[in-house]
Amino acid sequence: MSRFLNDPDNAVTETLEGFLLAHPELERRGTSRVVTSSTPPTGRVAVVTGGGSGHKPAFIGYIGDGMFDAVVCGDVFASPPVGSVLEAIRTVNTGHGVMLLLGNYSGDVMNFEMAADMARDEGIDVEMAVATDDLGAGSNVRPDQRRGVSGQFLIWKTVGAAARQGASLAELKQLALDVNSATRTMGVSLNGCTLPGSTKPTFSLDEGQMEVGVGHHGERGRSTEPLVQMDEIVDRLVDEIDQDLQLREGDRAAVVINGLGGTPMLELYIAYRRVAKVLQEKGVSIEVNFVGEYFTALGMHGFSVTLMRLNDRTLGLLKDPARTPHFTQTSTPN
Amino acid sequence: MSWDLKEALLHASKNVQSARDQLCDLDAALGDGDHGTSMARSFAAVERELSSTESNEPADLLELVGNTVLNAVGGAMGPLFGSAFLSSSTALRNADPSLSSPERTAAAIAAAANAIQRRGKASVGDKTMVDAIVPAAEAAATAAGQPDATSATVLRAAAEAAAAGTEHTKELIARIGRASRLGERTLGHQDPGATSITLVLESLAASAGAPVGHPVLTLN
Repeated sequence: MSRFLNDPDNAVTETLEGFLLAHPELERRGTSRVVTSSTPPTGRVAVVTGGGSGHKPAFIGYIGDGMFDAVVCGDVFASPPVGSVLEAIRTVNTGHGVMLLLGNYSGDVMNFEMAADMARDEGIDVEMAVATDDLGAGSNVRPDQRRGVSGQFLIWKTVGAAARQGASLAELKQLALDVNSATRTMGVSLNGCTLPGSTKPTFSLDEGQMEVGVGHHGERGRSTEPLVQMDEIVDRLVDEIDQDLQLREGDRAAVVINGLGGTPMLELYIAYRRVAKVLQEKGVSIEVNFVGEYFTALGMHGFSVTLMRLNDRTLGLLKDPARTPHFTQTSTPN
Repeated sequence: MSWDLKEALLHASKNVQSARDQLCDLDAALGDGDHGTSMARSFAAVERELSSTESNEPADLLELVGNTVLNAVGGAMGPLFGSAFLSSSTALRNADPSLSSPERTAAAIAAAANAIQRRGKASVGDKTMVDAIVPAAEAAATAAGQPDATSATVLRAAAEAAAAGTEHTKELIARIGRASRLGERTLGHQDPGATSITLVLESLAASAGAPVGHPVLTLN
């Protein structure tokens, strides 16, 4: 697949340069891969995430008031190195500690863990929460072996809001784990994706087929199946999620319909239409919804459905104001 | 040590860079296909650092390689290879002075194996680097106990055991990491991380004067 690029090896660097020109309220030191808000998190815990690049608007699109204080950018789909993570922790720590949020990928976990250990040796309080919302590989996969996918947006939003309100490091970690365990995601796609510099996609399907259980790195899913109509796909995704999440009549839910970068909004809203209908039939009320591209995969034609069971606290945090380059909301009256 | 570790590590660095495309192809079947790229970039940095250091002290060189890999590209390989080299460096520094040179070499490989298991939380049979480095450490310990042992024979034994372990990964289903989500689809594919570990050990063995008969990859 062709791409609009200069030298593919410079893709991440040039994206960062463009991003910082477009959003002068963000900062980075020199040529580092650590991007921070220009407003330091004075008097509260700092929230940091990071991971491989290629998921825009994740992660740097969510730096700002009510979400992240710093993001550590790796190469395309590859964890940033230990040194960059440590630099981010040092940069944003104002003495109240640093909360690290990341998805369950061995590279990210190892690099963040090593950096957290080093930061603790320097006397900085650091906690880490690893998201595992994905059911793509099946609900028989041990929860600690599941990937973190687009349900992470809900963790970022709630933890960012709670940090802004002054929650302690221990409270933020518990909140991240609680939101994670109340959240499940399932994704499907019609193709893989092509990494910058590569000429072939990570996988491709014949016309009329779909890949079930995909993540957001162009990796294959659990199975290749005949493409069916959207309502049937959504029913299947919601059903698998619900078998694990077990929403009950009267529950309140948040829904994310996330496009992987190559899925028209037309299709995403057709998916949301069905999710809304299915949940209504179950007696589950959707209190918050996010339909759009929150966490992409270099233009994969695919999407995921995320459902989260809400309580008063998490609902309030999801509705709390935020102002970042790619996600802004003002306070919404209940 | 009678062999030049710096030369050996430089040789390994060049071989890893030459294997870039082959390692990417192995990874494309199991992961996102970038293993060769990140290994090549890490070891290009290693080559630069080794070429500019004055030291020839083995523990210093291994520490330099470890820190370079750790901060070069990230990914999963940074912490795994980085921890492996740093731990082998520490093992050499802390080695009992009465140990022979082959025993120290085996101790360094054992430390690398422990570091990779600790950092990656994988076990033998999970279809990872562990399936190469753990048998390598065992073979190295056995070889170091032979009466005519040299560092070269220890490294060759380690490399041969790593290669056998890597070959065996084809028969395993990935149980950890990104590949584990593919389940049985991973059968028949050789683990790229195990391949890289083997390539490094084979390069060190060859530099020490004990090349293996059947290398894990055919390099151009």
